[in-house]
Amino acid sequence: MGDYKVPELSEFTEIPALQDGSMSHSSPFVAGPEYQEPLGFPGELVEDWHDKAIGRFGDLLTKSRALRVYLDSCVRCGACTDKCHYFLGTGDPKNMPVARQDLMRKVYRRHFTFAGKWLPWLVGAEDLTEEVLDDWYSYFHQCSQCRRCSVYCPYGIDTAEISMAARDIMDHIGKGQKYCNEIIAKVHTVGNNLGLKGPALANTLEGLEEDIEDETGVKVRLPLDEKGADILLVTPSADFFAEPHVDGLMGYAKVFHQAGVSWTISSYASEAANFAMFIGSYEQMREVALRIRKAALDLGVKRLVFGECGHAWRVAYSFLNTLAGPWDFLDQNYPIPQHICEFTNDLIEQGALKFDKSANDHMTLTFHDSCNVARATRMGNKPGGQFEIPRAIARAVCNNFVDMAPETIREGTYCCGGGGGLLTDDLMELRVKGAKPRMDALNQVVQNDGVTHMIAICAICKSQFSKVFPEYGMEMDQVVSLHQLVGNAIILDGQETDGEINDETEDGAAPAETEE
Amino acid sequence: MAVLTAIFTAGFYAATAWLVYGLARKIVQYWRTPAPLKIPTMPAPLNTGGVAMRLAREVVLFESLFKSNKWIWLFGWMFHVALLLAMLRHLRYFTEPVWTWVVLVQPFGTYAGFAMLAGLGALWFRRIFVERIRYISGPSDHLMLVLLLAITASGLAMRYVARTDIVALKSFILGLIRFDWQPMPADPILMAHLALVIALMAVFPFSKLLHAPGLFFSPGRNQADSAREKRHLAPWAAKLEAGGE
Ligand code: SF4
Ligand code: SF4
Repeated sequence: MGDYKVPELSEFTEIPALQDGSMSHSSPFVAGPEYQEPLGFPGELVEDWHDKAIGRFGDLLTKSRALRVYLDSCVRCGACTDKCHYFLGTGDPKNMPVARQDLMRKVYRRHFTFAGKWLPWLVGAEDLTEEVLDDWYSYFHQCSQCRRCSVYCPYGIDTAEISMAARDIMDHIGKGQKYCNEIIAKVHTVGNNLGLKGPALANTLEGLEEDIEDETGVKVRLPLDEKGADILLVTPSADFFAEPHVDGLMGYAKVFHQAGVSWTISSYASEAANFAMFIGSYEQMREVALRIRKAALDLGVKRLVFGECGHAWRVAYSFLNTLAGPWDFLDQNYPIPQHICEFTNDLIEQGALKFDKSANDHMTLTFHDSCNVARATRMGNKPGGQFEIPRAIARAVCNNFVDMAPETIREGTYCCGGGGGLLTDDLMELRVKGAKPRMDALNQVVQNDGVTHMIAICAICKSQFSKVFPEYGMEMDQVVSLHQLVGNAIILDGQETDGEINDETEDGAAPAETEE
Repeated sequence: MAVLTAIFTAGFYAATAWLVYGLARKIVQYWRTPAPLKIPTMPAPLNTGGVAMRLAREVVLFESLFKSNKWIWLFGWMFHVALLLAMLRHLRYFTEPVWTWVVLVQPFGTYAGFAMLAGLGALWFRRIFVERIRYISGPSDHLMLVLLLAITASGLAMRYVARTDIVALKSFILGLIRFDWQPMPADPILMAHLALVIALMAVFPFSKLLHAPGLFFSPGRNQADSAREKRHLAPWAAKLEAGGE
């Protein structure tokens, strides 16, 4: 991956001077035939890739109003130029959202507009040459589809839509991305991103039940494939094995237990993530989503609850009804689907959960709004519930909570740097640099307010921060799950009182993580 | 004289037809192209009424741009409001008798020209001197500003430097509307002004000026946040569903 310098943090994220081409070397591994073909894409770059690409481009223009309108409407006002975390972290001008769009727009103009056909030099129209294709591959994999730029564009132009379309075109000519396509194929065959099979999953869940019992003395179940359960929990598979995700899963289990509901995980649909969104494929996304429908039908559940994950919640909240609905066989008295935070918050509001907030007193917390949750979904029944509900939960279970600078949270939140199918080791430099704006804001509250931990409600955010925190001189376990805090503080009926509860043995436990 | 009149008369008719055709074509295209998924930029309004308000705030106040960059907002907003006033003021050349409210707008319209000049100038200054915006600007972006500046400047010149024969101009324009063609006054500044306006009308539907209809069709701004409540399905996706499964 070569050498790169970890950016130095600053009080405010400054707009860097342009460094043309500084990230042109960054591109993810190309998918080989073994990852392309299972998805029905050509195994390698096809002979007539240019014509195929333009053909697919034309198809998409008739299928997606967003693509058409966004390619036409940009006035090059520049309002979005300083809004992308990848630009702020790298200074590469092609990471400015409008410049990223222009990589596609110039080809659009050349082939699909009057002006670009006749006066290409005037409107910057260009042919899709091999160089342009390389730029596409590189820079459309430097966009995490976080939608921050779309908030600030006067026409709502969403670069995420453009990146998705570009990736779809590239998939169709045999130039797909290994990381995403490998994972999607795994979901189609095994049911989750990790390729975790049923028996392994059962083992894991049993282990977690034991952990909770050791910790609290209460038998809390984590059921798998239980027919007739009321609730199907669909959660990112990272929740089954890695810190801090797994602590979040134990948190959900405790909430379900305390609420007295019957619930289950499905081994068939053991994945909330839907990486097909990242490659802009409606068909693939639908196929993955239909697994959830089938699992819900087979298990005969009445409700659908999603665990903590950003893009998964986008697919669930915004797309699931479209992709795999109608959900008329579920109980219509509950939101379909429902976010675990909505579930927990409802119980808190009803006063149905008891907490010992002091269990989290060894931490001072702040909350990272995940880009997809913030700008592509909602929680609760009021706009902006996606900001208020997680914070309400955090405040209900912790005594020490502070927010980061207002322009870096809520709808203006910065992506963690690893979203959009970029959470792969072959893009480490991009991920580290792209995290800079978030790290700047976090560093401020660490310095000024003594923040020790940051809460995330997204599997990608959690994995990304675990990896990049050390690069910036922090500990990997300074990122925590929201339901990990809930799990720490919740008082289960019949739980052995205080004392030495909360004793999770963690690898290289940071001092902050040991109990008081 | 007759040739001049013929050229401008034909020019205006052609430009108008072109503008209407081009815009209609685009609007129909946007209208017909489905948005397969719910992608409003959140937080978004929950219903159509809320969406109408959101769009109104974008159109009238440039809400998102205000959040984004105060300078671009200031100059851009100033230019657009001034343009609107100036255009309203021009209605007096198209109506006989002149509508009362157009008479009332008149004094503001006069100063609007200067505000347009200032807004456009500032935007061009930024385009040239702010590194990021220079990077994304192409020839057409500069030319568009030049075109608008030239229209504004020639208009102001006719009011403050070399007054044109307004009575003759008005009879020319009313003649166009009533298909009772009158001579076009042979004032070089006026000729330049009108020729540039014809050019602007001609490029409108084939340029970034499409941002005007584009805003109303932007799924990020015109969709309501109601995905859980109402199933949204594009026609092509319904076909896919019927075929597969
Ligand atoms: S803010 Fe929107 S219109 Fe302005 S340059 Fe960016 S994408 Fe184009
Ligand atoms: S969607 Fe996010 S990552 Fe992509 S260009 Fe916009 S701000 Fe950057």
